[in-house]
Amino acid sequence: MAADSRTPLVEMRNIYVSFGGVHAVDNCTITLYPGEVVGLVGGNGAGKSTLMKVLSGAYRKDSGEILIDGKPVAIHNPRDAKALGIETIYQTLALADNVDAPANLFLGREVMTRWGTLHDVAMEAATRKVMGRLNPHFKGFKTPVKSLSGGQRQSVAIARAIHFNARILIMDEPTAALGPAETAQVRDLIKQLKKEGIGIFLISHELRDVFDLADRISVMKNGRMVGTVDRHDVDMDEVLGMIIGGTLPKTANVTNAYVEARP
Amino acid sequence: MSEVVGTTGRPPGGGAANRAGPIRGFMQATEIDARMLGMVLALAIVWIGFHIVSGGVFLTPRNLWNLSVQTSTVAIMATGMVLVIVSRNIDLSVGSLLGLLAMIMGALQTEILPSFVGYDYSFTWIIVLAAGLLLGALIGAVQGFVIAFLGVPAFIVTLGGLLVWRGAAWWVASGRTLAPLDSTFQMMGGGGNGSIGATMSWILGAIACFGIIFAIISSRRQRQRFDFPLRPVWAEVTLAIIGCAAVLGAVAVINAYPMPVGLARAYAAAHGIPWPEGGLSISLGIPIPVLIALGVALVVTFVATRTRFGRYVFAFGGNPEAAELGGINTRWIIMKVFILMGVLCGISAAVASARLNAATNSLGTNDELYVIAATVIGGTSFSGGIGTVPGAILGALVMQSLQSGMQLMGIASPLQNIVVGLVLVLAVGIDTAYRRRTA
Repeated sequence: MAADSRTPLVEMRNIYVSFGGVHAVDNCTITLYPGEVVGLVGGNGAGKSTLMKVLSGAYRKDSGEILIDGKPVAIHNPRDAKALGIETIYQTLALADNVDAPANLFLGREVMTRWGTLHDVAMEAATRKVMGRLNPHFKGFKTPVKSLSGGQRQSVAIARAIHFNARILIMDEPTAALGPAETAQVRDLIKQLKKEGIGIFLISHELRDVFDLADRISVMKNGRMVGTVDRHDVDMDEVLGMIIGGTLPKTANVTNAYVEARP
Repeated sequence: MSEVVGTTGRPPGGGAANRAGPIRGFMQATEIDARMLGMVLALAIVWIGFHIVSGGVFLTPRNLWNLSVQTSTVAIMATGMVLVIVSRNIDLSVGSLLGLLAMIMGALQTEILPSFVGYDYSFTWIIVLAAGLLLGALIGAVQGFVIAFLGVPAFIVTLGGLLVWRGAAWWVASGRTLAPLDSTFQMMGGGGNGSIGATMSWILGAIACFGIIFAIISSRRQRQRFDFPLRPVWAEVTLAIIGCAAVLGAVAVINAYPMPVGLARAYAAAHGIPWPEGGLSISLGIPIPVLIALGVALVVTFVATRTRFGRYVFAFGGNPEAAELGGINTRWIIMKVFILMGVLCGISAAVASARLNAATNSLGTNDELYVIAATVIGGTSFSGGIGTVPGAILGALVMQSLQSGMQLMGIASPLQNIVVGLVLVLAVGIDTAYRRRTA
């Protein structure tokens, strides 16, 4: 599924983000097609999370364009992103530790009764349903998520992202806190979501995961996009070379590589 | 807090729960919060202790009636302070704001309105109260705006507010005391006419009991409808009985306090009742300020637990970043918390000045400290995200009980401060240790 003539689901063009003079994201371009998984890899501080946080509305870009379905959109905050069907599983999980799983799942999108009060029972019922699918061993629907295990907390964060019919899913190290069985579950989930036509950005340190799940791989280094390659055109060593040395593979077709000078 | 787990899941360290004794089993079945129960017990110890030491004058209807009135102003503001502290902020300006709002309401009813509509006009009290609440909301909005949108720390903004509003309170009437207040307005203070009488008190008590039973039944129905685990029936019944007994017991105690002789004589004269030889024993009933405080507590509890706004305040307190990423307009939420706090200061200002039947510019001095102390004694955590309104009310009651108990025993005021200060630190210390153990 290389760059083709279809309209990308997401296109981030020439994105710049700087924090006090440091270019965290420097002229990066990245695309995502429906039903595609794009693995976003790079060393620590390469700018992967920052670039994705621009898309999820957590950070604001200094310049550049974001297109959804080929149309330019303005994303000023997480609400804008969610309205566009962009959901994010953050590396930190972004859970409110002091409230329970249903409250977290519906945070910002609560189900209300017809009197305008929180419909806690309905939210708990929906949570039980979605967790039954995602993590059948899940317990503790009424306890603050602080007292849940790492895996359970992660499944709350994942449930929150997929429960609201996302079209674009950003997963920032989604298996970092999980054991082998739960990791396998997340992989199955990603494959299933892909089948449903959802586009997924997958940030991961685990190259094996990326090669297993991604269709294309985008590599970042020092805030710049080294390039995007088709998974089938490269091997793991070549990607490692891109991550560590910024060297492009000789045989593969590389797109969206960093271009000097601001447009 | 494993106690709220109930039947839906095993608490952390589940093995211990299986070996649970009857007390723990009872607590789990009824889902009573252990910390709340601890606070009730602490209050009971304080009360019984003072009762014994003071030679039996503390636990009398008269003293408890007065205690409830004295607690009202701090309790009203403490309900709002819960939300302020839960959202990781602080409000040091509440005492000064109370003073300013009391002065403005005082000036409005003693000087400004009388020149248009005369003294004791029948709508004076409502105009004055509305103006006070509106101004409170406005000042709260200004402080909240600076905190939430300009990013100045709440400690600094409200420390400034503490100085500014106290100064402004003096300015309203150049330090003069404004009195006497409108006679209807005075009722909010619980003075001569400021109670609702025995019959009304019993009626309200009965309504409260029905409310408790209705709430328990409807919550059970809802859980049934969604096939959720239910509390055992005996636990529901026990809860209903405890709740109703507490309400009716409180009404009985309040109603056992008769009007002082002078007041009863005036009442008899006004109602054409002949004055008998042995005097008349007419119950005052529930004081209006206490009703106001209870009403405020009920409303703020509802707002905190049943509305989107309340949910966001707690979520923000637990993890501000998560709330922001969840798409919540966190700045607006914080601003609204301070608006609510301002309105509650307005209510407290009305009660405090009505009780005094005068507005003075020193009204509410040091109240910020008592309000914050009551809130944290009531289990609200400064690290944010944790706190309850009923806890804060209990905290206010503990503080006021200590103070009036010591006054009753004639303990010098410096020593009173020392004791209250130590109790504050002790209470929070115990709470922190408890939380660390159960976390």
